Amino acid sequence: MKKYEFLEHTADVKFIAYGKDLRKLMINSAKALKKVIYNKRVKKREEKKIKIKGKDLENMVYLFLEEFLFLLDGKNFLFSKIKEIEVDEKNFSIKATILGDSSKRYDIQSDVKAITYNEMYVRKEGKLWISQVVLDV
Amino acid sequence: MPKNVYEIPPKKDMKVPGRIYASKKIFDKIKKDKTIEQIENVAKLDGIIGASFAMPDAHQGYGFCIGGVAAFDLEKGIVSPGGVGYDINCSVRLLKTNLTISDLEPLKEKIADALQKRIPSGVGRGSPFQLSRKKLDLILEKGAKYLVDEGYGTKEDYLNIEEEGQMKGANPSLVSERAKKRGIGQMGTLGAGNHFLDLLVVDEIFDEKVADKFGLEKNQIVILIHCGSRGLGHQIASDYIKKMEEEYGIKNLPDRELVNAPIKSKLGKEYLSAMACAANFAFANKQIITYWVRDELKKYFPDVKVDVVYEVCHNIAKIEEYKINGKKKKVCVHRKGATRSFGKGRKEIPKKYREVGQPVLIPGSMGTPSYVMVGTKKAEKISFGSSVHGAGREMSRSQSGKRSSKDVEKELKKKGITIRAGTKQSLSNENPQAYKDIEEVVDVVHDLGLSLKVAKLSPVIVIIG
Repeated sequence: MKKYEFLEHTADVKFIAYGKDLRKLMINSAKALKKVIYNKRVKKREEKKIKIKGKDLENMVYLFLEEFLFLLDGKNFLFSKIKEIEVDEKNFSIKATILGDSSKRYDIQSDVKAITYNEMYVRKEGKLWISQVVLDV
Repeated sequence: MPKNVYEIPPKKDMKVPGRIYASKKIFDKIKKDKTIEQIENVAKLDGIIGASFAMPDAHQGYGFCIGGVAAFDLEKGIVSPGGVGYDINCSVRLLKTNLTISDLEPLKEKIADALQKRIPSGVGRGSPFQLSRKKLDLILEKGAKYLVDEGYGTKEDYLNIEEEGQMKGANPSLVSERAKKRGIGQMGTLGAGNHFLDLLVVDEIFDEKVADKFGLEKNQIVILIHCGSRGLGHQIASDYIKKMEEEYGIKNLPDRELVNAPIKSKLGKEYLSAMACAANFAFANKQIITYWVRDELKKYFPDVKVDVVYEVCHNIAKIEEYKINGKKKKVCVHRKGATRSFGKGRKEIPKKYREVGQPVLIPGSMGTPSYVMVGTKKAEKISFGSSVHGAGREMSRSQSGKRSSKDVEKELKKKGITIRAGTKQSLSNENPQAYKDIEEVVDVVHDLGLSLKVAKLSPVIVIIG
């Protein structure tokens, strides 16, 4: 099964991520974001914790992905992989432990300025969870 | 309709028409993505005055289109972070030098290396310009002026910036900790994407009198710097989008990115104040870069003089006064990927330019010419004093990114341009074919009178983020 795919957008980057449940959907959405920022391997030298609480599904995805931008700009931390993740579907909250490395060691390919709500949706189609996200680059 | 003006009549909830300034060719391109839908959505917002405008470099954005301009009534109208953009005050500064192309030509490879080394570009690399939290707050409040007072430039520098490099009403306590943390390590950095520092040569003068006022002459070397408020501005936009959602909801919006607050509400005022902080960060960012450019050029040309011609804001909301239906009225103009273009006489223009109009700076895409234009009285009548901000994309980054960076490098080298890129991906993504034809955009702008041609600049050294 496809984890994510990129769609056409004149100015920005648009992707759709898939997952058999919300947990997997969050992991694959983060993978799509990482692919845009840096599409090669990142070493797992450091560990960071993420904790967010959203208001609805879209807001939860927005806040979750925004954490990675904050870590990159604010802490020079480039993420490699999600080690552990818990998604509370009722409260729209996520707790995760992520692995990565100092961003200064890498030739990062693009500056994702923000996650946007433009054309964003998170929904279940049949048995599959789908998220669509436009990134401001 | 006059030539090169396209009108979308109001339908459904649209409170005003949409108005697009474009040639037939550009309009046909604009029709291909969601630009028109976005222009219509903006026309539905409360308190919009006149029309929902798109400049000739317009393309699809989020919420507002890029190249979108809209003015709102201060009593009944709204302010929308999506109408300003995430990169608040992404802006362009033009420096002039006393060097000519024959001075630069023999040294251009060395100077390109030196500038690339000195001015941090790319992502996640931080800046050598370290700031304390206290100083960051002072920068958010006082912008480029603060850095000049600290010795990083001259008074003439900030006097020749929009808002004199210090947007009023900035209150750092309205900027989140998170935004400050994202910005503090990024002062004096270009970033990536379409941000750049170019050395160009004045190739052609269209208006001798105005060029003389701006201090520009043929064969002179000038410098364009394009960057914004970095992670700080991006986070301020995200923060206030969330706050406005909580306060006012999103149910009645055609697009969640158009979330807004009444201008006169507490939250609306707070956003404008936080936005001013980001604007000041962006002015200061270019002040540090200017300081480094001067320092590096001095190593090669001890008698070099580098002066600020002007700096224009691209992504911003401004309270400005216009004559509407014969009456003077203050409105809040959103410019998202658009430049202010005031004609002569306006008090907002630096004194030395007031009798001709403000400089309007239009960077071309990588490797193509850039233009200096002058603002007009006509723009004040037909576009709330606005003009274009560049060539405008027409290809998505996933399309343009397919072109190899080596191929792009070769094309630029052939034109005699020295190129340095912080990220290889930027070379592909920003390749000239990804953009509209700058000459065509500028000609449409000139013919419509949104701004008028003064000088054409051709790139010699291109440093991209």
